[in-house]
Amino acid sequence: MFGFTSKQLSGVAIFLFAIFIGVPLLIGLTGRWDFYFTLTSVALLAIASAGVWLTFYIGRINIGQGAFALIGAYVSAILVVKVGWSFWISLPAAGLFAALVAVLIGLPILRLRGVYFAMITLVLTQVVTLTALALPITNGAKGISNIPLPSGVSIFGIPLLPDFAGMENTKLAFYYTACILMIITYATLYRLVNSRLGHLCRSMQQNEELASSIGVNISYIRIVIFAISSFFGGIGGAMFGSIAQSVYPSSFQVADSVNFMLNCFLGGLGFVFGPMLGTLVLYFGWDLLFEFGKYQMLIYSTVLILIIRFLPNGLLSIRFGKGGDK
Amino acid sequence: MTPLLQVKNVTKKYGGLTANNDISFDVAENEILSVIGPNGAGKSTLFKMIASFTPTTAGEVIYQGERISNLKPHIVARKGVVRTFQETTIFKSMTVHESVVVAQHLRAKASLAGYFWGSKAAQEDVRAFGKYADELLEFLGMSEISSEQASNLPQGSLRALGIAIGLATDPKVLLLDEPFAGMNHDETMNMVKLVRSVRDERGVTVMLVEHDMPAVMNISDRIVVLNFGEKIAEGTPSEIQNNEKVIEAYLGSVDDEIGM
Ligand SMILES: Nc1ncnc2c1ncn2[C@@H]1O[C@H](COP(=O)(O)OP(=O)(O)O)[C@@H](O)[C@H]1O
Ligand SMILES: [Mg+2]
Repeated sequence: MFGFTSKQLSGVAIFLFAIFIGVPLLIGLTGRWDFYFTLTSVALLAIASAGVWLTFYIGRINIGQGAFALIGAYVSAILVVKVGWSFWISLPAAGLFAALVAVLIGLPILRLRGVYFAMITLVLTQVVTLTALALPITNGAKGISNIPLPSGVSIFGIPLLPDFAGMENTKLAFYYTACILMIITYATLYRLVNSRLGHLCRSMQQNEELASSIGVNISYIRIVIFAISSFFGGIGGAMFGSIAQSVYPSSFQVADSVNFMLNCFLGGLGFVFGPMLGTLVLYFGWDLLFEFGKYQMLIYSTVLILIIRFLPNGLLSIRFGKGGDK
Repeated sequence: MTPLLQVKNVTKKYGGLTANNDISFDVAENEILSVIGPNGAGKSTLFKMIASFTPTTAGEVIYQGERISNLKPHIVARKGVVRTFQETTIFKSMTVHESVVVAQHLRAKASLAGYFWGSKAAQEDVRAFGKYADELLEFLGMSEISSEQASNLPQGSLRALGIAIGLATDPKVLLLDEPFAGMNHDETMNMVKLVRSVRDERGVTVMLVEHDMPAVMNISDRIVVLNFGEKIAEGTPSEIQNNEKVIEAYLGSVDDEIGM
């Protein structure tokens, strides 16, 4: 079906069952309601990480996704609070605005390669934070708080999306929303990577000069990919703002941008679902190490270094063998 | 008859260094034209300007009546002028077959979005690309290594893959920069045959830079000789072999790696 093997299909089915039915059941049984917030965060961070992974796919190290998440969060918050839009319309708008900014920034910087591109993206997060502090519309250091919960959406009286404010269990609603968005993101990513655009990206990742000599418009594809990548960042950020019901200049920091990148490394750059796994492991790994107090960072970094040293192709390479499809 | 491609008074300066100085010559349709000269003579630079990998400082390159210099490489490739590189010219982590498929993307009829959704046209393209890749690899005698990863190939096959990638774009003019480098005598003679059949059977006009003089003399219809960025001679292999200036340039050069 759709060119998938039955093994792949059953894998997807098990995964969907686990996140939509298994997790709520387990949480209900154990009473650990805080897990909803944790898993929702993982899903949203995985969306932003998917974007970073995509820029890796054209051979660029992107340490700037926090900037686009922050832009997305602000755009959605401003549209909801100041303009009065529905959150559900502000969400794609936030993604599109982040993509637009990515096009403008990408035009000059995507020519750079390797460490030069990485360095520039590293400062982007800080630039957006400073901009948010300076602009009147973002309220400076006070940020935007008291963002209302997403309102319901109905077309011709048929309710499409429920009103979050009227719900008893917003945690579950946000969890489902985040999971659905994550699944759409990764399904998109999977299709993209396995379609012609993905093949052209791979050709660019491996040899840009040769790619242009076979007629690939490399600067155009770089921009398109960077825009899609940042769209994912904007969506993830906007959802975060809506859940926290607030956005501050420090909502996403350079450390977050670094983590988005690490999620990709950890999961595996050769695997579409790598960043999803990487995000989950890194997020929980960090929390589990909390008990070690001041040694948390030390242990965390050591483990990361060891993983990158001994599993250069990421965690998923254990299962799929060396290199995978990359 | 108007020539297929004209190099017109092309000059390239890198700072104070003149890599190409006022070079002009014509390339006829269906010919094999070699550009030779000692190391650093400016051969690769000339190819880069023809394929718009670098702009000219002065002069222009005309292809089928249109200027193709000072554009972008992918635009020139789309017009049918495709360059392979002196350095290894492959996609390392792709198989031979995948490389040849990806190189056909210019023929795609479906849009990128069509591919994303898996439209009829896209499926049609994918089938056609696969089939043509098989044909092309068969033609180049590379069917056996079709599913090998490029980075695992020996030098000889790498060069052949470079040519396969170039050919897969369906070029009118193929620029080959040192296609026989690193090959032994037998491999070279095989490639010579191959390049000739590319011209004879596929109607591709070939320009090549090469140091292997026996191969050049064997394969070329005409030869252009560069020395220190200047064109010092142009003619048939036998004319070039007897040209005073050429003999002088080669004997005079300290660099004796080129046996002539
Ligand atoms: N990008 C560049 N910047 C500066 N000088 C260059 C560049 N490319 C080539 N050159 C110089 O131009 C001259 C011609 O180089 P090239 O065309 O590569 O020679 P060939 O291919 O004939 O060996 C050499 O002196 C080389 O050092
Ligand atoms: Mg050269």
